[in-house]
Amino acid sequence: MNKYAKIATDGLINNNATFKLVLGTCATLGMSSTAFDGLGMGLSVTVVLLLSNVIISLLRKLIPNTVRIPAFIVVIATMVTLLRMALDKFLPDLYDAMGVYLPLIVVNCVILGRAESFASKRPVLESALDGVSTGLGFTVAITVMGILREFLGGGALFGIKIMDFTIGFFSNQAGAFFVYGVCIALFVFIGDRIEKSRRVKQARSLRLPARSPLSEPAAEREGTDV
Amino acid sequence: MFNAILVIIVTAAFSQNFILVKFLGICPFLGVSKRVNGALSMGIAVTLVMLLATLVTYPLYTYLMVPLKIEYLEIIFFIFIIAALVQMLEKAIAKFSPSLYRTMGIYLPLITTNCAILGVTEIVLARDLSELASSLTGGMNIGFALLYALFAGLGFTLAMLLMGGVRERVEHLPVAKCLKGFPITMIAASFMAMAFYVFTLLG
Repeated sequence: MNKYAKIATDGLINNNATFKLVLGTCATLGMSSTAFDGLGMGLSVTVVLLLSNVIISLLRKLIPNTVRIPAFIVVIATMVTLLRMALDKFLPDLYDAMGVYLPLIVVNCVILGRAESFASKRPVLESALDGVSTGLGFTVAITVMGILREFLGGGALFGIKIMDFTIGFFSNQAGAFFVYGVCIALFVFIGDRIEKSRRVKQARSLRLPARSPLSEPAAEREGTDV
Repeated sequence: MFNAILVIIVTAAFSQNFILVKFLGICPFLGVSKRVNGALSMGIAVTLVMLLATLVTYPLYTYLMVPLKIEYLEIIFFIFIIAALVQMLEKAIAKFSPSLYRTMGIYLPLITTNCAILGVTEIVLARDLSELASSLTGGMNIGFALLYALFAGLGFTLAMLLMGGVRERVEHLPVAKCLKGFPITMIAASFMAMAFYVFTLLG
């Protein structure tokens, strides 16, 4: 796999910020009550992440190591300030819906985490790609949660009413925690399944018997899944 | 006056509980709530920083940034003030009480990027709270802001403590492998949020 494809799949799936690393939880829980809110939050974070990754990557040789964290925070806070002005002007509905969570993008651990672990060490193009893929991984995750909660809690999808049967639990705070927990569990479960089938395939291609030591850990894991 | 104070206390600590209703400060809630002692230290440290941060940012915003028309710089200013306060508090605690520093010290640097702190400094400036305050008395002032910050911090500590107690038991449950760790903690938090939902009905 080439370098860029690996960065993209890492950001989107392998190191998915929301379901795998469990970062940026406040925004995920607070802004996932409807699909639109989730999408708006996700795209806002993606924009900030892309811009801050590019700027930090460009400045990485100029920023002294000892003051790097404050420097990163200034860059991120500036980007969030610009985003806030732009949303206030062009998308006032989203601006109101985001409320206090909009300034709080500054302290979203996903952004500082990518600045520290990726953008401060790698060239601009790779950092930009990392920013976009991590951001989109976050966007997809928060939108999926938004769709689930809006559908079950409000009987609607992206604001369009499609059924009368609703379960209020999913649209309030308890539902947010519950849906998030179940989503992480499903992500881990599906990831394990894929990993297991890959191992079995690998074992077959090596012409090992099905119950070889290689497939043993996977089989063992299946027992505890139930 | 007494009525107003009571409303602010109940709003800050229960009906708008930072963790379980407003989803602020979830990272320490998940990260440091494995033991009751750690949860308590983190809660106290957060309460202290919340109070100090509000004490500095509220007057700065109202008496300096609004007259100078530089409100748009609030995010950058606030995050710097919080970072500086946390650093100073860490130094002060290390100097005056080494034993307290040993129990609380490791949690202090984490607080800078805790959304609950930046959250409280933004919320005390937000429209909802000033409307609430002006419906009760003459309007929002530094006293209300500090009262809100103090009880928001205590509400945060309460939720951390409850979660610490719940997690000490949840960790030993025989759950499915894919539910271990974060998912089962989230589901436990969901039940706690259901309990706190009752407070939001107080209005």
